[in-house]
Amino acid sequence: MAEPNTIPGYLLRNETDASFSSLPAMRNKDLGIWRTYSWADYVENTRRFSLGLAALDFARGDKLSVIGNNRPRLYWAQLSAMCLGGQSVPVYQDAIASELAFVLEHSDTKVIVAEDQEQVDKILSIKEQLPALKWLIYCDPRGMTDYDDVIVKSFNEVQELGDEFRTKSPSYFEDEVAKVTGDDIALMAYTSGTTGQPKGVMLSHDNLILTTRIYLDHEDVRQSDDFLSYLPMAWVGDGLYGLCVSIMIGSACNCPESPQTLMQDLRDLGPTGIIAPPRVWEGMLSTLLLKGADASRLKRKVFSYFQDVAEKTETLKFEGKPISGGLKLMHAIGEILVYGPVRDQLGLRRARWCYTGGAPLGPDVFRFFRGFGINLKQVYGSTELSGLATLQPNGEANPDTVGLPCNGVDVRIDGDNSEILVRCAGVFRGYFKQDDKTAEAIDSDGWFHTGDAGLINENGHLVVIDRAKDVGKLTDGTPFAPQFIELKLKFSPYINEAVAFGDGHPFVASMIAIDFEAVGKWAERLALPYTNYMDLAQKDEVRKLIADEIRKINLRLPEVSRIKRFLLLTKDLDADDNEITRTRKLRRGVIAEKYAPVIEAIYGGRQDVQLALDVTFEDGSRSQVESHMTIDEAA
Amino acid sequence: MPTASNPGDITLSIQSVAKSFGGVRAVIDASTSVRKGEVFSIIGPNGAGKTTLLNMISGFYHPDDGTITFDGKDITNTAPADRAHMGIARTFQNIALFRGLTVLDNLMLGRHVRMKSGVISSFIYWGMAQREEIRHRERVEEIIDFLKLTDLRKTPAGALAYGLQKRVELGRALALDPSLLLLDEPMAGMNQEEKEDMVRYVLDVNVEWGNTIVLIEHDMGVVMDISDRVAVLDHGAKISEGTPDEVRDDPNVIEAYLGSSH
Repeated sequence: MAEPNTIPGYLLRNETDASFSSLPAMRNKDLGIWRTYSWADYVENTRRFSLGLAALDFARGDKLSVIGNNRPRLYWAQLSAMCLGGQSVPVYQDAIASELAFVLEHSDTKVIVAEDQEQVDKILSIKEQLPALKWLIYCDPRGMTDYDDVIVKSFNEVQELGDEFRTKSPSYFEDEVAKVTGDDIALMAYTSGTTGQPKGVMLSHDNLILTTRIYLDHEDVRQSDDFLSYLPMAWVGDGLYGLCVSIMIGSACNCPESPQTLMQDLRDLGPTGIIAPPRVWEGMLSTLLLKGADASRLKRKVFSYFQDVAEKTETLKFEGKPISGGLKLMHAIGEILVYGPVRDQLGLRRARWCYTGGAPLGPDVFRFFRGFGINLKQVYGSTELSGLATLQPNGEANPDTVGLPCNGVDVRIDGDNSEILVRCAGVFRGYFKQDDKTAEAIDSDGWFHTGDAGLINENGHLVVIDRAKDVGKLTDGTPFAPQFIELKLKFSPYINEAVAFGDGHPFVASMIAIDFEAVGKWAERLALPYTNYMDLAQKDEVRKLIADEIRKINLRLPEVSRIKRFLLLTKDLDADDNEITRTRKLRRGVIAEKYAPVIEAIYGGRQDVQLALDVTFEDGSRSQVESHMTIDEAA
Repeated sequence: MPTASNPGDITLSIQSVAKSFGGVRAVIDASTSVRKGEVFSIIGPNGAGKTTLLNMISGFYHPDDGTITFDGKDITNTAPADRAHMGIARTFQNIALFRGLTVLDNLMLGRHVRMKSGVISSFIYWGMAQREEIRHRERVEEIIDFLKLTDLRKTPAGALAYGLQKRVELGRALALDPSLLLLDEPMAGMNQEEKEDMVRYVLDVNVEWGNTIVLIEHDMGVVMDISDRVAVLDHGAKISEGTPDEVRDDPNVIEAYLGSSH
């Protein structure tokens, strides 16, 4: 049989092909038990819902949104729309009503499938703003008895409508599936929109299937594999690495019981692969260390000894240096005593690949997991690229890069502003209703402009350094990416916030806000008395501590981007003072203006600076604080 | 449910009950009736005799005088355990959970009155006993799902925050499959968010599972919002009864709460 070329095509294959049909396609933990659906169940459920949609006049080109946590029924609803030649528009389940209204209105969504009462209420509250909306279908009947709005229907009702429809037109489903082509839009994923309103990224069946094939070329995914579907359904990665991979390979997607039980479900399941954003990895590590602190003294000793062994081994591997026999032996013992059990506790015992992406992950966290035998790797892709552009091959994992361009993916660095340009089968079909934005994003040669600045390092790996618009140049013309340097600084436990300067200046300099808690504890251990933040930040010992941190960080930076001078701020950067946003992103304009004398002093070669700072106290009162800051040279 | 009555029928009837502790006459002469499927609240100032009345319904105290009938049966002197069998469950003002047991085990314990296997067959865990345990576990899992306790199944009850312990208590009462649920200040000591959650659960239990609810609560906003009918006690006697609106406007009630000089 020829390989299908649409997602519904693969569905029908999985149903008829005996080597798929009885295997698990999806599991869902419900009432404490993992319930399994075979491919036959999975496709039949999709077919029944699909025909129900057809009975409700859903036709080619129509759009269906799903909103809720990862649930089999929501996946079936997405696929049902695709089977009828329609598009799935998954939306973020935690979005507030006004954000939802924009996306659902803009996308002309005709049918919304909501997980539960909470989501139904949200949609009903914005119903008036959604002229295209015809039906609101809910999955979980809990609390839904008193809803008499005519547009509201239950998932089961729709499936029953489908059964009726089928008696009248028995081959309708198969006929519609046959009409779907690779060029049809399958998925419209809205980008989260850090700048301006979200944009609807149109991805065709070809985009998704070809990108999944590229991915499968690089990673050994097997039919017997299990994937934990817990990332938002609105994120393209869930569609690609979860849904598409599962349908094409025949592996199983598993839906956790609830977002709160995730860690327990992870352990129950022991997936063979997992994708998690940095905050999940950081959370896992801190939970682990927290639990470890309650263990007996002996266990704590053993753990910390073998943690050292793991770290040493990993560092040597990373630097390409030989590992001594003694260390190898200790590592093998550690595998039995510590690393294996820890992987088991985390539910990663069976995991052959683990990805992090979306944001940088601290090198310490990265090294910890790798050291404990978890194959953690970086992946890079954006919604507009169907979620995949570069990937780290096994054995070339590195916290600093995002990996090698995948087969068939062309990556180029634009000369002017170091913007990363990508051309591949996954490049999207345009932003919905925004042709002008599409023309800005994809140039005439088909390159997608990612908006990220990057470079290709000596091993051919892509390194993402910053948002392209923030990248500047030193006076000698060297590109300067502030965020790249700031992130490295912020990975130090003693540094809370950092601002890097360099655009239009001869060298890189930085203003640093110490982490009051971490540095305070450090000072207490040294019996170093201090009164407040300002006092602590100007202690000679603290300045030396940070200088040491910067020296370490400088070693990992290219010669020209190294920090030459720095100063410790006498107050933390604060959203109340308008210096950072509520989500802790720097407001560079405000900072440049407010700290102009500091910048002048740093580049003027002065040893210290006096600055009157406006501070806003927690009760809202404001005052001016005169502060004196010393400028240090970084080695 | 162990009852043949229809919604709206009287399920619990209290006829001139009285209870004294030494010289203190906690309840002097209270009569009221609760209809099937309603949320019935008992309110009153501190020391009005609310909890004493509730304790007489659940069988913790036996009235000195008067009768209590439940679904047509006189239960005035029935033991608490037998009342549990008949379908009356309660929660306590001060949390009464097994602190060292997990949430799941606390709820399974609530199923105990509905279990038939003996000690020995349970120990062997085979056939009947195993099937029964699985059946009860299914019901408990429904309650866990209903009360959104899925992530806390295996957490010891004592390690939970106060508001959550209250929720577990409600779950344990529900595990009895009661037709009448007595809630003694389920929202006491909670913050606003916890209160709102609890109100939601109490209403859901009432609407979705059809349990009749007798509620003692101090928070007037909550009572007036969710009750079908309200009875007001003062100094051990019922001074008013009716819908929340009727009670709110009753001069007797205003006097009891605010004093006559207002």
